[in-house]
Amino acid sequence: MRIGIPRSLLYYYYYPLWRVFFAELGAQVVLSSPSTKGILAAGLKHAVDEVCLPVKMFYGHVLDLVGQVDMIFLPRIVSVEKREYICPKFLGLPDMIRCLKDLPPLIEVDINLYKNNRDFYRAVKNIGSIFTKNHLAIGRACFKALQAQKKYFRLLNMGLMPAEALALVEGRTGDKSQRKKERLNIALLGHPYNVYDPYISMDIIDRLHKMGVGVTTAEHVPDKITRSYAARLPKKLFWTLGNRMIGAAFHYLEQPGISGMVHLAAFGCGPDSMTGGIIERYAHSSGIPFLSLTLDEHTGEAGIMTRLEAFLDMVQWRKAAFSS
Amino acid sequence: MRVTFPHMGNLFIPVKGMLQYLGLDVVVPPPSSKKTLTIGAKYGPEFACLPFKLNLGNFVEAHEQGADTIVMAGGCGPCRFGYYAQIEHAILKDLGYDMRLIVLEPPEKHLSELLAKIRELAGNKSWWHIFQAVRFGYRKAKAVDEVEMAALWARPREITPGDTEKAYTKALKMLDKATSTRELMQAEKSADQLLSAVAVDNKKTVVKIGLVGEIYTLLDPFSNQYMERSLGRLGAEVDRSIYLSEWVNEHIFRGLARGMRTRKKACLAARPYLRHFVGGHGQESVGNAVNFAQAGYDGIIQVFPFTCMPEIVAESILPKMRADYGTPVMTIIVDEHTGEAGTLTRLEAFVDLLARKKEAKEA
Repeated sequence: MRIGIPRSLLYYYYYPLWRVFFAELGAQVVLSSPSTKGILAAGLKHAVDEVCLPVKMFYGHVLDLVGQVDMIFLPRIVSVEKREYICPKFLGLPDMIRCLKDLPPLIEVDINLYKNNRDFYRAVKNIGSIFTKNHLAIGRACFKALQAQKKYFRLLNMGLMPAEALALVEGRTGDKSQRKKERLNIALLGHPYNVYDPYISMDIIDRLHKMGVGVTTAEHVPDKITRSYAARLPKKLFWTLGNRMIGAAFHYLEQPGISGMVHLAAFGCGPDSMTGGIIERYAHSSGIPFLSLTLDEHTGEAGIMTRLEAFLDMVQWRKAAFSS
Repeated sequence: MRVTFPHMGNLFIPVKGMLQYLGLDVVVPPPSSKKTLTIGAKYGPEFACLPFKLNLGNFVEAHEQGADTIVMAGGCGPCRFGYYAQIEHAILKDLGYDMRLIVLEPPEKHLSELLAKIRELAGNKSWWHIFQAVRFGYRKAKAVDEVEMAALWARPREITPGDTEKAYTKALKMLDKATSTRELMQAEKSADQLLSAVAVDNKKTVVKIGLVGEIYTLLDPFSNQYMERSLGRLGAEVDRSIYLSEWVNEHIFRGLARGMRTRKKACLAARPYLRHFVGGHGQESVGNAVNFAQAGYDGIIQVFPFTCMPEIVAESILPKMRADYGTPVMTIIVDEHTGEAGTLTRLEAFVDLLARKKEAKEA
């Protein structure tokens, strides 16, 4: 059986887990093609205008899988941490997607760790039972999947980008990109599906590398550290991704090696409107240069690049002025 | 301690009543206006939603009138309302307004957390007195809702245009003035008389429109460009999916008062389309739209602030429900750039469409 997984949204976090899980149960995992203009155009046609760019992209990825797979894996990820949510749109995503016509059957399972972690195993059992009645096999697949996931997160924490980490987890040896010596380091913050999707982010990471700028992201900071930094807020944020972003931002603001901070937000993103504001406030008070880039389907590449270049020049001058 | 709180339509009447019953010095912010919104939009984050900006503007204006303490509700997500108070407080601090903040959060571990906040607010009043104050506020909320419902019914049917509006404003003023249960009972009676005295044409055929959407923009006429009033003038009877007292009963009293529409029913109706809660009133919007369609309403209008996440989910799903029931649905999204003329044009066109559809169906 061929299971389709859209290369979008939480793919950048949990793909290793589900890839191993499905493969262990004898299913063939099919990924949608990397984001392109065509995929986005298909998404734009079917999504309402108000949803954010990454969700429009998600629509496109689901449509890309139609005809290639027997089932599409589309869990409802309500919560992945205790007393936290992802974002309301993730809660309604399967229902939004179900409004599309001529879809293959969806694997729709709620994953809700809001109260406790046990729900994960219930969800895994439900998904596994589509393929086999053998509970032992499901358990074994789950164990291996969790190991792969752990390895993936560990690689991310070591400073790898998701593409590199995925290649290692899957045992592929990707072409090692030779990086120039970095003249400065900046922290790039944002939702993982904006930062790591090369089409959405206009390949910002690669471009920065080519400009000789080192990039660190929120995923490079271990969970423990982001959590302890995020605890400085007067009230705990109830968005897992927002919490990580804030924690990482506070962490990077205290790192002397970080010369600037870029926040990548999707136009109309609810959590970003709040977390972006908080990060900006703290960045201002600590004196670190801060750039906020808002992306939507109309954003022009040239405009973003001009702003980025201007920002980097400013950071560079500032750094030179401080060191002399 | 001079206490203020954010506006949301007629919310100020019951809240002011309740706080004054507790013997607090209350500063009601000036009614939300263009100025309020301009202040909020200037200092708030660009992509924060409209209610956030209005709240912020309310606080600044209330501070100018001498308020030093803010009372607000909190939340635990996933709607961003739960984080409003903290960010608004930080912005006010940056602006140099040093105001105390009392957020009534839903208790996370133990009820005592909430009770401590109430204690902070109420000082040394007895729990019985606090209970009485809450009951008084709830009663006011119910009275306000009844006036609103009566006005919604009378507006499209009134013989002299503007009569209902006059009676409605006067009735609300009377309710607002009542400071004890006895006075409130008196006010309820005279408000009822006032509204039933409006001359109406009982036999007039009116189109019926159900309003669903985000609670703030539904309940606050300023934020939705006085939509209910405009629709009434255009000859449409409006029913809302949320009334203040229903919300209070549902979320604060946990459904203690019986015989009211509940969230559960709406969510059940939403099940074929939206199977999980999505924060805010997203699931209720879908469910109530289904309920309105089943009850034979001629049209449904969904209203929400720009970038409201739960309602965007509902908006994505409503076309499917429309296809199943054939009831027209219009979505109106509001923010600080919304103009009254644009909204009115859309409402006129929608009501025309519904009236013609109704005629064709009845002929």
